[in-house]
Amino acid sequence: MANDPIHQFQIAKLIPIEIGGMDFSFTNSSLFMVATVAATGAFLYLTTSSRGLIPSRLQSLSEMSYEFVANMLRDAAGSHGMKFFPMVFSLFMFVLVANLLGLFPYFFTVTSHIIVTFALALLVIGTVVVYGFMKHGFGFLKLFVPQGVPGILVPLVVLIEVISFLSRPISLSVRLFANMLAGHITLKVFAGFVTSLSGLGAVGVAGAILPLAMTVAITALEFLVAFLQAYVFAVLTCMYLNDALHPGH
Amino acid sequence: MFVTPGYAQETAPAEGEAHTQGGTRPEGEAHPVGEAHPALEGHTEQGAEHGGGVFPPFDPSSFPSQILWLAITFGLFYLFLKKVVLPRIGGILEVRSDRIAQDLEQAARMKGEADAAVAAYEQELAEAKGNANAIGQKARDGARADADAERKRVEATLEEKLAAAEANIASIKAKAMNEVGTIAEDTAAEIVRSLVGGADKAAVAAAVKAARG
Repeated sequence: MANDPIHQFQIAKLIPIEIGGMDFSFTNSSLFMVATVAATGAFLYLTTSSRGLIPSRLQSLSEMSYEFVANMLRDAAGSHGMKFFPMVFSLFMFVLVANLLGLFPYFFTVTSHIIVTFALALLVIGTVVVYGFMKHGFGFLKLFVPQGVPGILVPLVVLIEVISFLSRPISLSVRLFANMLAGHITLKVFAGFVTSLSGLGAVGVAGAILPLAMTVAITALEFLVAFLQAYVFAVLTCMYLNDALHPGH
Repeated sequence: MFVTPGYAQETAPAEGEAHTQGGTRPEGEAHPVGEAHPALEGHTEQGAEHGGGVFPPFDPSSFPSQILWLAITFGLFYLFLKKVVLPRIGGILEVRSDRIAQDLEQAARMKGEADAAVAAYEQELAEAKGNANAIGQKARDGARADADAERKRVEATLEEKLAAAEANIASIKAKAMNEVGTIAEDTAAEIVRSLVGGADKAAVAAAVKAARG
């Protein structure tokens, strides 16, 4: 039981709330969303409170994350894209901190649930669609008709473009979700080997060294993945927003 | 608090069952925590297929709660960042880049001043050098002119003296020549007289003249 790798993804109700037959309980997932938001917000707020001309280490960490996302967005979507900066920055920081918090033992990983990542992906795609139609009207549909395609191929290309556009929220959410899920399961399985092997006496303890080393290595890898997936999520968000800004590219 | 569910794996089933029974939910919507466990032990996929223990991330019963709390937390997070944090960090960065630009500008201005000072100094140096050359040249020219004048004067006096000397020599020579004629006449007359015993003075003079040619 202790080694069940799926248990870490269980939702546990902490404060049951039910409205109109729907379950809106405050769960461990909700708790970690609050923790993610509170920790990130507090960090960004407190480290920049001195407004130092010469930044302290923590202040420069906040500034680095700001400039990192700002450069990412400016590179992908140009300076017009900066109006989406708060959204991209919030998404990046939320996903990053949720991923990193999830790496602590016994902590719940918010982004290991498909519904959370899917909701975030829908927020991105929803923004792209709403802003695209607001800004360009039906000109936004030019997104599906790339320039310079021979007339015969246009229907086929449009079909492919539509399918690729519709699969974006799915690929965006599944990528993050699956990475988090698989990483945590792997980590739990290897860590489980350590405990079960070391219960078998001296030989077992010796045999447990290898999975222990693996656990350490995978933990390091998971830190990389946690950052990388947040980065990928943010970069793709920037690229999709670029479509909304410049659909006729 | 959140550690408890992780530790409480053994007690979870009882709780979960209690929930399920108490809540009287439709089939398949909620078989949370508890019932998942017996099925899950090593047979996750099978369990999920049978619907007995839904794989937690795919359990729709938790979706409304997660969406609601995500919307609340992320919405607040977004507003907080947009209204407070990002303007502040942006302000800090802007102030810094302004300050850097200002400092660079000041440095450029100071460099310009230093360059101007160097240029002025070099110009003055060049002027001074030019003046020094001019003075030197004038002095040299003056000295040379003086020397030339002196030399010409000396040469002129020498020339004069030379001419005077030559004239003197010529007059002496002429006088001597004349005297040579008189001496020759006297001598010839004397010779003639001693030979012949008397001589015609005029004839002697004519003969001498003819001999001198």
